[in-house]
Amino acid sequence: MSVILILVLASLSLAGLFLAAFVWAVRSGQFDDTQTPSLRVLTEDGPSSLPLAGKPGPETITKHEHRNI
Amino acid sequence: MNIETFKYDNKIVRAFAIATIVWGIVGMSVGLLAATQLFWPAANLDLQFTTFGRIRPLHTNAVIFAFVGNGMFAGIYYSLQRLCKARLFSDSLSWINFWGWNLIIVAAAVTLPLGLTTSKEYAELEWPIDIAIAAVWVVFCVNLFGTIFQRRERHLYVAIWFYIATAVTVAMLHIFNSLAIPAGWFKSYSIYAGVQDALVQWWYGHNAVAFFLTTPYLGLMYYYLPKAANRPVFSYRLSIVHFWGLIFIYIWAGPHHLLYTALPDWAQSLGMVFSVMLVAPSWGGMLNGLLTLRGAWDKVRQDPMLKFMVAAVTAYGMATLEGPTLAIKSVNSLSHYTDWTIGHVHTGALGWNGFLTFSVLYWLIPRLYRTNLYSVKLANYHFWIGLLGMMFYVIPMYVNGVTQGLMWKQFTAEGFMQYPNFLETVLRLVPMYVMRAIGGSLFIAGVILMAYNLYKTAKAGQFLAEEEAQAAPLTAAEDKKPQKLHRLLEARPVTFTALAFVAVVIGGLVEIVPLYLIKENVPTIASVKPYTPLELLGRDIYIREGCVGCHSQMVRPFRSETERYGEYSKAGEYIYDHPFLWGSKRTGPDLHRVGGKYPDAWHYNHMDSPSSVSPGSIMPRYPWLLTQKLDTAPLASRIAALRKTGVPYPAGFEQTAQADLQKQAAKIVANLKTGMVEAPPDREIIALIAYLQRLGTDIKTEAQPAPAKTN
Repeated sequence: MSVILILVLASLSLAGLFLAAFVWAVRSGQFDDTQTPSLRVLTEDGPSSLPLAGKPGPETITKHEHRNI
Repeated sequence: MNIETFKYDNKIVRAFAIATIVWGIVGMSVGLLAATQLFWPAANLDLQFTTFGRIRPLHTNAVIFAFVGNGMFAGIYYSLQRLCKARLFSDSLSWINFWGWNLIIVAAAVTLPLGLTTSKEYAELEWPIDIAIAAVWVVFCVNLFGTIFQRRERHLYVAIWFYIATAVTVAMLHIFNSLAIPAGWFKSYSIYAGVQDALVQWWYGHNAVAFFLTTPYLGLMYYYLPKAANRPVFSYRLSIVHFWGLIFIYIWAGPHHLLYTALPDWAQSLGMVFSVMLVAPSWGGMLNGLLTLRGAWDKVRQDPMLKFMVAAVTAYGMATLEGPTLAIKSVNSLSHYTDWTIGHVHTGALGWNGFLTFSVLYWLIPRLYRTNLYSVKLANYHFWIGLLGMMFYVIPMYVNGVTQGLMWKQFTAEGFMQYPNFLETVLRLVPMYVMRAIGGSLFIAGVILMAYNLYKTAKAGQFLAEEEAQAAPLTAAEDKKPQKLHRLLEARPVTFTALAFVAVVIGGLVEIVPLYLIKENVPTIASVKPYTPLELLGRDIYIREGCVGCHSQMVRPFRSETERYGEYSKAGEYIYDHPFLWGSKRTGPDLHRVGGKYPDAWHYNHMDSPSSVSPGSIMPRYPWLLTQKLDTAPLASRIAALRKTGVPYPAGFEQTAQADLQKQAAKIVANLKTGMVEAPPDREIIALIAYLQRLGTDIKTEAQPAPAKTN
């Protein structure tokens, strides 16, 4: 079962890589703000965000959201 | 602040979206063809190229890598640009990614029906295509990270984290699992043998589900669901916890595919524990998705795109609760090898991946074409037809799984097997197979509706190829790290060094890993010997025809299995099996102890026409094995390749191999004659019979002189 050693090493180095990414993310302040990032995606848009048929335009709702938070 | 103006590339997104739809219809139709053959074997058109064993991998490859793969690239390339406020790193790399990936799929569609396969599930493609996959994946990685380094938005939205995990992990899994020694252009042998191969394969197989079908789609969910609902994700903090929890746990769950097999017990328990733990981050993600819609459920009523999304996320929740349940050993002892697994997989495949892809497409195409969806009504029809199709697919599979699992294990009051004839347990399933095919047809009908709807949408709108956007660049004061990394990437020598390093690591692995593993292949059961030349070629035919798709070679240590098949399988019996052929589904009976069970002539007649030997059998006919000449030319290169993987064929064995092969073939021909079958010795069937008769017999020779020793 020596292959288990290889798999464990591969998995651990991957986990190490993820851990390094996590540490980097925390240190560089990626997770300092857990509010605005979720809102920012909604307001990024240019002309491609068109309302679908028969529905209210997104703009009105976005403003409403902002007031709420 | 100095504002930069740049353009998003919509063309590449459209290309991937079209490919998604086309391959989706193709891949699902092949699936329907395979499903039909399970109640109507003649649906293989009497052609070897369209027989279940060969098109089943075609179906899985087409829906996973072609449908979901292209869908993933479309979804990622659209959202990544907007999340990073940057155009994709390189247009050429984007198009190399597109054409490279789709050519690989075409190559799969050609080679798999031809029987060119490694037989490792979801990694069936032969080594030249494997290398192409690795190359195209690296192109995708460079494009992804390049875009991230050029971003104008400091914060990496959670979706991007999921994309990163996907890119990195799939690269590693693919390389490790595909390590093989070539024996000609389209034939190779896995460097791992038996138990080791099984472990690597399911470490790969399970993580392919995790990092190809799950993480990229979770990333898509975190982008497209809030966009469509126009509300922020329920809890951004939970999404971060969800991400890190998921990726750290997933990688250890692979062994749950091998419960009660010859894999060591502790490895099985490890896989089971991690699988059960997985339910926590998975449900965190599902709840986060569903709760995003709190107070916005009226939108779900109006917008078919959100309907698909909600159903997809719900299916994800169901599949990720069911998965850990099936990974519990006692549940698995019933469910494994049955249709339950197929049902489970399709909850995820049709529900999660299928519906989420449809959702993203319904959202994307109108926006790319700057118009409204052609028909909301048609999209709603698609939703209900698709959902109905899914139900008709999944529920019969659950019924089948439980039915057959219980029938296999049923003993009479006198202590005999209630259903000693395996076929009886199969025939009970056939009506449900019909239902499943109906479900599949409905699902495909829905996809065709979608294709029409989206085509009409595109016709009515005007495609916006280059979408202008504005944003301020990241300044050094704002954040130093990305700038540093940016410079790092721009300095070509560094990039070159990094790529060279990757190449060296791969090269080193290919060299070192086999050497390291070969030591392990010292027989622990002295009587286990390498295959003879004829058996070797027979085994290659077994691989070519995809027999492993319906027949396992792993008798589990249950009384219900040892009664039915014989002595349970031991790890030491597989040390020369490159690749392993344990299988994961028993549409037909296990074959590990089939050697010596029937006369040669029985196998001959059975392969010619299974239903004439076993009335009602749903196994397809293999008449071409009786007529096609056995190609013995590649024998020398195959023996040499196997020797490199550690099979102890003596030096110069190639020279005597042909004569040895003729001798064994003559013996089988003589046996066939006593069974009233006249057959020439140079046909493929002879080699296959040789292999089948060898299966599981090595330990029998040992058991006779010392029966007490084996236990």
